[in-house]
Amino acid sequence: MTGKEYRTITDVKGPLVFLNKTEPVAFGEIVTLRLANGDIKNGQVLDTSDDLVIVQVFEGTAKINRETGVTFMGDVFKLPVSTDLIGRILDGAGRPRDGGPEIVAEEKADIIGAAINPYSRQSPHDFIQTGISAIDCCTTLVRGQKLPIFSASGLPHNDIALQIARQAKLQDSDEEFIVVFCAMGITAEEYNFFRSDLERTGALENAVLFVNLADDPAVERIITPRLALTAAEYLAFEKDYHVLVIYTDMTNYCDALRQIGAAREEVPGRRGYPGYMYTDLAMLYERAGIVKGKKGSITQFPILTMPGDDITHPIPDLSGYITEGQIVISRELHQQGIYPPINVLPSLSRLMGSCIGEKTTREDHKSVSDQMYAAYAQGRELRGLVAIVGEDALNERDKQLLDFSGIFEDKFLRQSRDEDRSINETLDLCWNLMANIDTKYLVRLDQKWIEKYHPENRA
Amino acid sequence: MSNEGVIYRISGPVVTATGMNAAMYDVVRVGHEGLMGEVIELHGEKAVIQVYEDTSGIRPGEPVLNTEETLSVSLGPGLLTQIYDGIQRPLATLEEVMGVFITRGVDADAFDLEKKWTFEPQASKGDEVTGGNVIGHVQETETIVHKIMVPPGKSGTIKDIKSGDFNVTETVCTLEDGTELQMMQKWPVRTPRPFTQKYAPDTPLVTGMRILDFLFPLAKGGAAGIPGPFGSGKTVTQQSLAKYSDAQLVVYIGCGERGNEMTEVLDEFPHLIDPNTGKPLMNRTVMIANTSNMPVAAREASVYTGITIAEYFRDMGYDVALMADSTSRWAEAMREISSRLEEMPGEEGYPAYLSSRIAEFYERAGRVETLSGEDGSVTVIGAVSPPGGDISEPVSQGTLRIVKVFWGLDAGLARQRHFPAINWLNSYSLYPQSLDQWFRDNIAQDFPEIRTQISGLLQTESELQEIVQLVGSDALPVDQQLTLEVARMIREYFLQQNGFHDVDAYCDIHLQYQMAKAILTFQDAAKTAMASGAQLNDVVNVPARSDLIRGRFEKGYINDIEGMVKKMTNEIADTVETN
Repeated sequence: MTGKEYRTITDVKGPLVFLNKTEPVAFGEIVTLRLANGDIKNGQVLDTSDDLVIVQVFEGTAKINRETGVTFMGDVFKLPVSTDLIGRILDGAGRPRDGGPEIVAEEKADIIGAAINPYSRQSPHDFIQTGISAIDCCTTLVRGQKLPIFSASGLPHNDIALQIARQAKLQDSDEEFIVVFCAMGITAEEYNFFRSDLERTGALENAVLFVNLADDPAVERIITPRLALTAAEYLAFEKDYHVLVIYTDMTNYCDALRQIGAAREEVPGRRGYPGYMYTDLAMLYERAGIVKGKKGSITQFPILTMPGDDITHPIPDLSGYITEGQIVISRELHQQGIYPPINVLPSLSRLMGSCIGEKTTREDHKSVSDQMYAAYAQGRELRGLVAIVGEDALNERDKQLLDFSGIFEDKFLRQSRDEDRSINETLDLCWNLMANIDTKYLVRLDQKWIEKYHPENRA
Repeated sequence: MSNEGVIYRISGPVVTATGMNAAMYDVVRVGHEGLMGEVIELHGEKAVIQVYEDTSGIRPGEPVLNTEETLSVSLGPGLLTQIYDGIQRPLATLEEVMGVFITRGVDADAFDLEKKWTFEPQASKGDEVTGGNVIGHVQETETIVHKIMVPPGKSGTIKDIKSGDFNVTETVCTLEDGTELQMMQKWPVRTPRPFTQKYAPDTPLVTGMRILDFLFPLAKGGAAGIPGPFGSGKTVTQQSLAKYSDAQLVVYIGCGERGNEMTEVLDEFPHLIDPNTGKPLMNRTVMIANTSNMPVAAREASVYTGITIAEYFRDMGYDVALMADSTSRWAEAMREISSRLEEMPGEEGYPAYLSSRIAEFYERAGRVETLSGEDGSVTVIGAVSPPGGDISEPVSQGTLRIVKVFWGLDAGLARQRHFPAINWLNSYSLYPQSLDQWFRDNIAQDFPEIRTQISGLLQTESELQEIVQLVGSDALPVDQQLTLEVARMIREYFLQQNGFHDVDAYCDIHLQYQMAKAILTFQDAAKTAMASGAQLNDVVNVPARSDLIRGRFEKGYINDIEGMVKKMTNEIADTVETN
């Protein structure tokens, strides 16, 4: 039925077009709409029946009227993929944005993506060194993991994401990551920042960019991450690359999802977001991982800005239930001028246990990480107490812990934007900083590591 | 009307078909690819179908075939050690057929239909048998004897019963009326399997986790809910239960959870040894893995698939434990399908029937007299993932209304690295009354009293902590400072448990009692010493106490603990003299 053009639009509402009297149309089928002035728009079938077909238009429904011609393309949305993608910049619907030629397809891949059989997955266990102490020591990243950055407006999450993209490497390995960058509704300024940084460091040659900016159609954002992940899957599982997918900003994606839900008059869930948002997000996040028998891998770094810094907002909340931990950016630390302002306390890497230790990072890593965390947590808590009773009321142990929390932020967290610390440097730094606390208070450190690594014993 | 219709409408996982003779919950095959679906609503001659696979590319006008069967699971030898998706397709078979990505339209047998099992008859010619009666045994794994039962609803006199090697579809027994019985039977997942009567639970499900067994015990045949925000350790707790609880069989449902985490379970379990039998844990385990990105309708079905398998083993007279992680994802699957059906929503968009579905599910737990007169149980432990950790939401509330044990996970404790992060102040168990007799008879006469003392101390501590927050601990009288020390010992020595430590991960219930006693002994000894003038600091810092505390990570602790406690008591008494 491809080629047959219908002029049977009955209703247009928000991003949705309703039409009738069609021949059978497939669910998920791609649609082109030809406007009176010859412009072409694209869409996808959201609901189909003998009587009524609902099409979601990616470029917005401006200028669509009952005279608009609608053609069904006979297939679901597919992305032409080939290794030519590397180094290219595409728009949110997969068309070249860099003035280059169309992508010559080696194959066409369905962008919805099939679920990986959990039985066929391989547990991630390769340590990725990001060169950022707070992440490497406390929320260690593993190849094949999905670890979002929970941030908020006005915080330097983009710098952190870029620093990770620049510095991420496997220990003792020169293998580079291919970065698949997916922008959803970010400003042109932010985009230029990303792009120029990738250009400056030469990373652009090893990157694929899918870009949907704030003034691009919101509905297009629904497919942008799916295109990015389809490209990532092709590169990882067909071409053996290790792929790092960064997407920003998930909050704009979820808002686009809500917009379509509202237009369809769906029953809204929490804060107006659709009830299926969990499943929808899972269909994206779960496309990370390593698969038995394939060399490549997909590691995901979604960035989301928490509306009102609220971690219980549905977007961070549902994300947290799907992703394998989170890196939380703190406004308080940022205001103290600390970069990267990572609050390690609510941050977590669920896969950390599988990639740290003697064989991968260092034997004392777990012990050190636990102790750093515990001491900092207690120090932070004491700040609250000091505000009430004053510093003099503290005993010796508490005083040391209180001081340590300041040292932790100043010396451990703080590093420059191009400082790339190896895991050994990070762990040695931890030992030097912990030497500010009496050894008898460091109860989470194994005695044998104290003997081996404590500065007093090494001197 | 025939059993074949055509598709009228497709909206995501919900498909409407016309022209088909359908009844509620009939299983249908949708489209040219034959996707599996289930009839969930009827409107005149239209049947609304939830489809268990992705519907992209399917068109109106494609055929729909009604199988006229309800969604059923296959039950028989071969179930154990299997890993299924939500509709009982083995994931290993799917990998062979489709590769690493799950595509669609593939049907797979639940287990090997060709494999020969050695059938040992347990009944003989002329015996009267009815549904549920055991007619034979199959040694399915090293640890589990699979009892072959007459399917419920069938009965008669045995005309012929065989012995020897058969596959699951060969007839092993014939009744006088000509009914042929095979080792495999089918059962519709949404119908509870029948039993003679339900008993009150009277035996605890021993989990080896101190806070659970000692403070908030769960009975065999009971139901427990574990709500907690993300990152609080629900999955780790569920996995520990699957590994160490003294149920004879475990059904583990990974419902809408993370792929990588599920893989960890799938990788880890085959290497684990059951502490109760010394044999591989997989020998007693059936797993169902439907990750969050697998089709939502299959997620809805997965909990029913799991509990039906659990009930089947219960009917053999086994104690079965079922873990569902997480029931919130199941509820969300219901919500998603309900909204596609344009049903009038109840609270937070969930369907109005949410709480009754939850109640029906948990009600399938229980300790029963089986149809053949044996004692079997299904214990259900459901994780709940409340948005933002706020348990006032409908799924948590629906669960709490029906379960008798509440293990509340706490993000604050998890952040302090206190694991298991179960909050001892708001968790509860309503079983102690019915279980106390068991504890008295099997562990120690004063077990319930010791428990009361321990929980009383924790309660007192939380009250004292409020004062400490304001004035500091030094301002308290020494006896209250001692109480704080004792409570700290309870928290750090008793309640905290390292689920990844070789020794500490599983704590024998006798040892739990000894450890609790040791804490109270410390309290008494300290009180006595301090009454004679000893300093709190000296009492707390006696070396034997550190040895006692550290000892829990060593093998053979249960033999040494008594000596350690004695040594500690002596050293504490000595602090009086050194003064």
